Amino acid sequence: MDERLRISTQEAERRSRQAAERFRAAAPDTGLVDVAVGTMGSPVGELLVAVTPRGLAAIAFEGDDRDRVLDRLARGLSPRVLMAARATDDVRRELDEYFRGARRRFDLRLDRRLMSPFAKDVLGATARVPFGRLATYGEIAGRIGRPKAARAVGAALGANPIPIVVPCHRVIGAGGNLTGYGGGLPRKELLLRLEGSLPAA
Amino acid sequence: MSRLPPFERFLEENRTTVFRYLTAAVGPIDADDVFQETFLAALRAYPRCNEAARLDRWILRIASRKAIDHHRGAGRRPIPVAAPPERPTEVDPAADGFGPALVAVRDLPARQRDAVAYRHILGFSVADAASLMGCSEEAVRASAYQGLRRLKQQELKERAIWTND
Repeated sequence: MDERLRISTQEAERRSRQAAERFRAAAPDTGLVDVAVGTMGSPVGELLVAVTPRGLAAIAFEGDDRDRVLDRLARGLSPRVLMAARATDDVRRELDEYFRGARRRFDLRLDRRLMSPFAKDVLGATARVPFGRLATYGEIAGRIGRPKAARAVGAALGANPIPIVVPCHRVIGAGGNLTGYGGGLPRKELLLRLEGSLPAA
Repeated sequence: MSRLPPFERFLEENRTTVFRYLTAAVGPIDADDVFQETFLAALRAYPRCNEAARLDRWILRIASRKAIDHHRGAGRRPIPVAAPPERPTEVDPAADGFGPALVAVRDLPARQRDAVAYRHILGFSVADAASLMGCSEEAVRASAYQGLRRLKQQELKERAIWTND
C-alpha cells in the first residue's frame, strides 16, 4: 500500500519550490513581511538588500554568509524576513543607476534600527560626505563632537549595515591610505574609482 | 526558549514536507492553493509563535487545519452534476511521481486522512503522529488502520468499475 501512496521526493521538491516562489511573490501585498530581501548583480559583486516598511535597513556583499545576514535581520528587526525581491525594486533601481554613473545621491528612506546610537551619529555624518569627495576618520570624529574617537569611528564605519548608500567608502585614513572597509579594500577602491575620487585603474 | 529563525529559512526547510502532506490531504490540484493559505497563516502568527523548537510540527498543524477548512469549503460549493466522473486511468499519476492510491487519501475523514498522511506518506513515528494530532498512539494506529482499509476498499471498487467497462 505504501508504494501506492507514494509522492516522489523529486516531484514534491519541484512543486513545493514553485509554491514557495508564488508565496514569496504574493506575500508583500499582505503587509505581513517585515523585512523583504532581494538580490542584485553589481560591479562589486552580488548585493543583498533588505527593506522594511520604514526604509532600506541593510545591504550585504557577496561573500557574507547569507544565513548569517538573515539571522541578523531576524534578530535586529523582525523574524518575518522573506526573500521578496519585488519589494526591494526601488532600492535596486537606484543602486543600478548609481553603478551606471547616472546617480550621485540616493533618494531612499533609511531604517536605522540596526545601528547603535553612536553608529547613528557616525553614519549620519558620513551620509553628508558627497559623491566625489572624501573625509578622514578624524574629520568624522570631529564632526560628531568626539574628536578623539577616530578609532571608534572606524569601528562604527566597519560595521555600517547600509554600505554604498551610507557612503562609508568615502572615509579614509589621515595619510590618504584607504585603511579598511567592511566589504574588503578592493571594493572600497572600486567604489572610489567609480566616483572619480581615485584615478581609474 | 529558542529564537525564531528568519521566516525565509523556516519556509525553505518545511516547504517540501508541507507540500507532500497537502498533496495527500487535499489532492495534487489544490495542494498549491492550500499551501499558500498555510504559509500565509503562519506568517501572520509567526512573531507570536512559541514553538520555535518544533516549527516543523507547528506548520503541519496549521496545514492540517487549512486542509479541513478546504474540505468544508469544497462541501459548500455546488457539485457540478454534469461533470464526468474522475477517471484515474486517463492520466497516469505514477508517471507524475504520485502513487495511484494517493489521490483517494483526500476523501478520507479528517482523522484518518491525517493518520495515513503522517504515518504512511511522511513516514512519521506513531509517537510523532500522536503528538501532532493531539491524541493517543492507540488512536493514531486505529485511524491509520481504518484509513488504509478504506483506501483498499475504494481501490477494489474502482478496479471493478473499470473492468466492467
